[in-house]
Amino acid sequence: MVNTRVTLSGLTLDNPVIPASGTFGYGYEFAELYDINVLGSFSFKGTTAQARFGNPTPRIAECTAGMINSVGLQNPGVDKVIVEELPKLRQVFHKPVIANVGGFSFDEYAEVCRKLDGEEQVGLFEVNVSCPNVHGGGMGFGTDPAVAAEVTRRVKAVTTKPVYIKLSPNVTDIAAIAKACEDAGADGISLINTLLGMRVDLRRKRPVIANTMGGFSGPAVFPVALRMVWQVYEAVSIPIIGMGGVTSADDVLEMMLAGATAVEVGAANLVDPTAAKKIVEGLPAAMERYGIDDLTTIIGGAHHG
Amino acid sequence: MEQRILTITAQRRLTKDVWEMRLAGDAAGCDVPGRFVNIRLDGFYLRRPISVCDWRDGELTLVYKVVGGGTAAMAALPAGARLDVLTGLGNGYDTAPSGDRPLLIGGGVGVPPLYGLCKRLIAEGKTPRVILGFNTADEIFYEEEFRALGVEVTVTTVDGSYGVKGFVTDAPEIADGTYFYTCGPEPMLKAVYRATACSGQFSFEERMGCGFGACMGCSCKTVTGYKRICKDGPVLTKEEIVW
Ligand SMILES: Cc1cc2nc3c(=O)[nH]c(=O)nc-3n(C[C@H](O)[C@H](O)[C@H](O)COP(=O)(O)OP(=O)(O)OC[C@H]3O[C@@H](n4cnc5c(N)ncnc54)[C@H](O)[C@@H]3O)c2cc1C
Ligand SMILES: Cc1cc2nc3c(=O)[nH]c(=O)nc-3n(C[C@H](O)[C@H](O)[C@H](O)COP(=O)(O)O)c2cc1C
Ligand code: FES
Repeated sequence: MVNTRVTLSGLTLDNPVIPASGTFGYGYEFAELYDINVLGSFSFKGTTAQARFGNPTPRIAECTAGMINSVGLQNPGVDKVIVEELPKLRQVFHKPVIANVGGFSFDEYAEVCRKLDGEEQVGLFEVNVSCPNVHGGGMGFGTDPAVAAEVTRRVKAVTTKPVYIKLSPNVTDIAAIAKACEDAGADGISLINTLLGMRVDLRRKRPVIANTMGGFSGPAVFPVALRMVWQVYEAVSIPIIGMGGVTSADDVLEMMLAGATAVEVGAANLVDPTAAKKIVEGLPAAMERYGIDDLTTIIGGAHHG
Repeated sequence: MEQRILTITAQRRLTKDVWEMRLAGDAAGCDVPGRFVNIRLDGFYLRRPISVCDWRDGELTLVYKVVGGGTAAMAALPAGARLDVLTGLGNGYDTAPSGDRPLLIGGGVGVPPLYGLCKRLIAEGKTPRVILGFNTADEIFYEEEFRALGVEVTVTTVDGSYGVKGFVTDAPEIADGTYFYTCGPEPMLKAVYRATACSGQFSFEERMGCGFGACMGCSCKTVTGYKRICKDGPVLTKEEIVW
């Protein structure tokens, strides 16, 4: 019997496989197909203070081994999430869930996290700092170490649960940003969010995405994500949730050897709604294949010796 | 929604670039007209959404137009090929408000879902009338299939090479409808919206990430709030649409 259990800041998961925010809704669609309690946890759709419709459509573009999305954080707003979505989520998922939080000001991050902190089902926070700062000329919170650190401090000040900061890969030095968050009190780091990308429609000779650019993710980004997990692992000593292009149990092991304690699965859920379940089921065999008894022992293993 | 492996039993070319594909297997949830399936294709990251044209126990019929790489790959698949398909997606048409003589208005590859709907309405004892719009005589498909159901069919062509010259909204029936169902390119849907005095249901298309409600890739604004075309649609009522 192999041991697939891992622990994120005191929260023990049956396995490290976590559907990524924005690709799993609140779980209901997937619960129609399988018992989603086989998952380690899941990260629900990015939540903001107010309801957001998001960006104009088309919001989706296909790429070679991946996709671009420009959903724009469509969500019903934190109050509705608490009153309507979490009670329904509780019916289909009985483990602690990851609350993914977006924001366009420091106050917004703090307000949303404060409200969600009281929800029993929330096991930890994943604070998405890829959003543009409306008070900072639209620059992403996650592009400046000082600003990312300030978000961390503001959220830590109003929460009791572990706070993971989810970093954008669209930066020059991701390790410096991760370190700044750690120094500001972050309990962990989650990465990567999507890479800025675009496609042009040859028939219309216009960008496919209504907003021109969007976030690129899927198997094509795996090597970039893995490299960034590696770099952040070298820079910090808090746990890392690694993601970006994960499609198989082997990818999970690679991410963990590079430094991840748990692993999120994003776009793969959209093209194969049972992808996360298949990864969970494939883990024990993959572990045996590579002579791994206990997943915890391989975290960051590729850095040593 | 169900995930199924379906086997292609036949492919038939209907026009220069429109194909009919028949699939065997348990196409769960496809018995509601206007629903769609989402098909995984080797070499393409996202699935391809295609409306259910017809269904019978153990057999599903799709009609699709080759417009790009994915649909070209579909057309090249031989009988016997197995496809990973998400079935029974979307809300589908609601036949309850149809009245006795609903109008079915289809344009181009918006025609296929109206075929299954037409059969369903007939089975419910109603007498649908059908308007099929195409650009030119060469592009017409399924006229005979509809006629074989015993319904009145008016075909319009933009260049006047067959039937009534003009758009579907130039068909005389458009003026005296009591309820309608339509599917086609968005400019046609807008024209139908304006040309009809009665109520009806519209089927929409949008670029999709998942096709089953998880990604918010396909949202649109409606009078009754935000809706996902893939899950709360693709069918919206005339009263819901913001145009
Ligand atoms: C609910 C629904 C039902 C549909 N039913 C039918 C049908 O019965 N018959 C038919 O011929 N076509 C139908 N379509 C359109 C069909 O999905 C597209 O023509 C097809 O996806 C094009 O793929 P491609 O690879 O050939 O084209 P490409 O342009 O190369 O595709 C690139 C990407 O854009 C997407 N895309 C391109 N055109 C469309 C479109 N019009 N709608 C949605 N996504 C698009 C593709 O899925 C793919 O992700 C339907 C679309 C939707 C949303
Ligand atoms: C459709 C879609 C919506 C997303 N929405 C969010 C979101 O609301 N919040 C967030 O932090 N990340 C969001 N992401 C990013 C993913 O959580 C993940 O970080 C990224 O897609 C990389 O993983 P992948 O390559 O496995 O998709 C979204 C991704 C996709 C594809
Ligand atoms: S395509 Fe994903 S929600 Fe509609």
